[in-house]
Amino acid sequence: MNRRKALKLTAGVVGGTIIGSEIFLTGCVNKEKNTGLFSKVDIDLLDEVGETILPKTDRSPGAKEAKIGEFMKVIVLDCYSPKEQEVFKNGLTELKRKAFMGQSPEERFNYLAQLDKETRNLNLEDSLHFFPMLKQLTLWGYFTSEPGATKALRYNPIPGEYIGCVPYKAGDRAWATR
Amino acid sequence: MDNESKTYDAIVIGSGISGGWAAKELCEKGLKTLVLERGRNVEHIKDYPTAMMNPWDFKHHGRLTKEYVDKNPLITKCYAVDESTTQFFIEDADHPYVQEKPFDWIRGYQVGGKSLTWGRACQRWSDYEFKAPHKYGYGLEWPIGYDDVAPWYSHVEKFVGVCGNKDGIEAMPDGEFLPPFDLNCVEQYMKENIAENYPDRHMVHARWAHLTEPNEIHLEQGRGKCQARNLCTRGCPYGGYFSSNSSTLPWAEKTGNLTIRPFSVVHSILYDDKTGKASGVKIIDTNTKEEIVYNARIIFLNASTLNSNLILLNSKSERFPNGLGNDNGLMGKYICFHIYRAHAGGIIAGFKDKYVYGRNPTDAILANYRNLKEQDTDYVGGFTTFLGAYRKRVDKLENSDVQIGANYKHAISEAGDWRVYMYMQGETIPKATNRVYLSPDQTDQWGIPLIVTDVGYDENDDKMVADFLEQSTEMLQKMGCTEIGSSDNHQAPGLDIHEMGGVRMGKDPENSLLNEWNQLHLCKNVFVTDGACMTSTGNQSPSVLYMALTARAATYAAEEFRKGKL
Repeated sequence: MNRRKALKLTAGVVGGTIIGSEIFLTGCVNKEKNTGLFSKVDIDLLDEVGETILPKTDRSPGAKEAKIGEFMKVIVLDCYSPKEQEVFKNGLTELKRKAFMGQSPEERFNYLAQLDKETRNLNLEDSLHFFPMLKQLTLWGYFTSEPGATKALRYNPIPGEYIGCVPYKAGDRAWATR
Repeated sequence: MDNESKTYDAIVIGSGISGGWAAKELCEKGLKTLVLERGRNVEHIKDYPTAMMNPWDFKHHGRLTKEYVDKNPLITKCYAVDESTTQFFIEDADHPYVQEKPFDWIRGYQVGGKSLTWGRACQRWSDYEFKAPHKYGYGLEWPIGYDDVAPWYSHVEKFVGVCGNKDGIEAMPDGEFLPPFDLNCVEQYMKENIAENYPDRHMVHARWAHLTEPNEIHLEQGRGKCQARNLCTRGCPYGGYFSSNSSTLPWAEKTGNLTIRPFSVVHSILYDDKTGKASGVKIIDTNTKEEIVYNARIIFLNASTLNSNLILLNSKSERFPNGLGNDNGLMGKYICFHIYRAHAGGIIAGFKDKYVYGRNPTDAILANYRNLKEQDTDYVGGFTTFLGAYRKRVDKLENSDVQIGANYKHAISEAGDWRVYMYMQGETIPKATNRVYLSPDQTDQWGIPLIVTDVGYDENDDKMVADFLEQSTEMLQKMGCTEIGSSDNHQAPGLDIHEMGGVRMGKDPENSLLNEWNQLHLCKNVFVTDGACMTSTGNQSPSVLYMALTARAATYAAEEFRKGKL
């Protein structure tokens, strides 16, 4: 089998993947009881928090383009423990209390930079705090999203071969996957 | 199923890495062969639904949901289980067993078994490993040695496609290799640094079941070059690594002699007093719960180590009330495994102008350097170290108190420090006290007794782990690593997924179950060639030895069959 034939076969697989993956993902549907945790307003708020942490620049898109608010909702609902969900939810309330959406970009940046500084060294196993959650989810969600992986980083789904030593210079983007 | 034949020349129980080889060899030699698989069918390429998905195509970008983890605390301990691979692993509730001591039994019940998700390392055993347990008094003498297996290693390696370098190391004999994966620049440095500081320690290229440059025989199988995607455990649509699904089973099918029956859990092997042989296999259709008997003159047992033990123990007859071939009462005993408890790592400065292209699906290997030619530590046995280096992303904006925003994003989008890692694969002592047996009162959903695991670590294991940690830390220090960390995670046996023994080979029917051809001493037409046959564990990855032993035994079985002796 040469590579071109393999790629053709691959195309067939991709066609089959969409259906298969939907079947595969049915085990992950949100529990209905929790969906009330996130309204459209919440998603918009999370998008702006994500965008403040990883903003759009001339080099790459921001977290909002990666639909980071929606991603946070999915992970918090499906993967977080009730206790973690509670902390996250309280964080949303806190952001609303601070009228985050009404703040200017500078105010948002200063507020979150300060929060980050205060919580950066927390041991998350002992002291849960909503900001490290927001930051982790933003980084992970963004760099594994299509805009993050392909534009902020370099993504190559089918390298074709492995070369152990190639040149690198400061400013080159990192590979999205290992 | 009414019209299907009930009689075959040979039956192979299990379609994983060794069962696939039994099927290939027997079918090629003209035997009508039935392969019984307890799980569903998995067809190469067609049944790899996640193989071409991007990280963002997964709803949780690869992460398992809390609901799934809560429901499956056992199987989700396995490093290979994530959102892209759950389809190739069991769910806990479907397949219970009893743990007298903690034992994480990792299973993949489908056509191809765990060959779809295996680690793919393929080092040969050295003759030292075959000899050491008996020589140093910690195990039974093997009925075979390296010379008996060497041609079968070659036979298997050529077909599987194993990459590697001929390094001429005594602890790890060379094989039939395709070109190796590169060492990256840091790994090259590690290799040189270890050689400088330790003349008897050899760090070499991975020996792994990947087609770095396919030969004609691989193209004939419909397999192509490894694309360096490193997504192997999803199933490879290129056939870049070896699995039963991509290789042995379709090959066997082409002969026209193969029948695969999925959804067929084996209850027992039936013994015929008149002939003194096994007459066939009783299965239960997992969907209909119907009991069916298939007959054959040869039976290969390749159900995976613990399940092969279970089937034999459950194959009770008047002649064999304690399980087929189990007159000496040793069946299920001498279960052993590999120690994977410990790892070490650190950051290495420099090499900032170097990077990699593509994703290496293998690890380099530091061949065993302990107790090889003589006993030189306060424990017995040796260990292989897998190791390598990778370059992380930058994780913070240097010289700044602000770790969010545009500059931060740009900084962490670049490649950062190189990280070095090492982990162990250590030999364990086969002991009668490490055993499995049938539950007297609990059964699964098909009425088959549950297996009880009574397997644990011992002082020898602890000493080996301590030595690995000490030596690895010292090597990392000599390389100039910083932020060196190491740990013994005390994971339960089983999570190594290298469980072996229980139906061990040996010269003497008094103290072993199988002879030098993997035949039950007391029922010669039953061959056991999966991990259950192992007399000791050695320190190499075992799958390629199971494949070699299977090909050897199946060739012998086919010859005996032709002579009318089986």
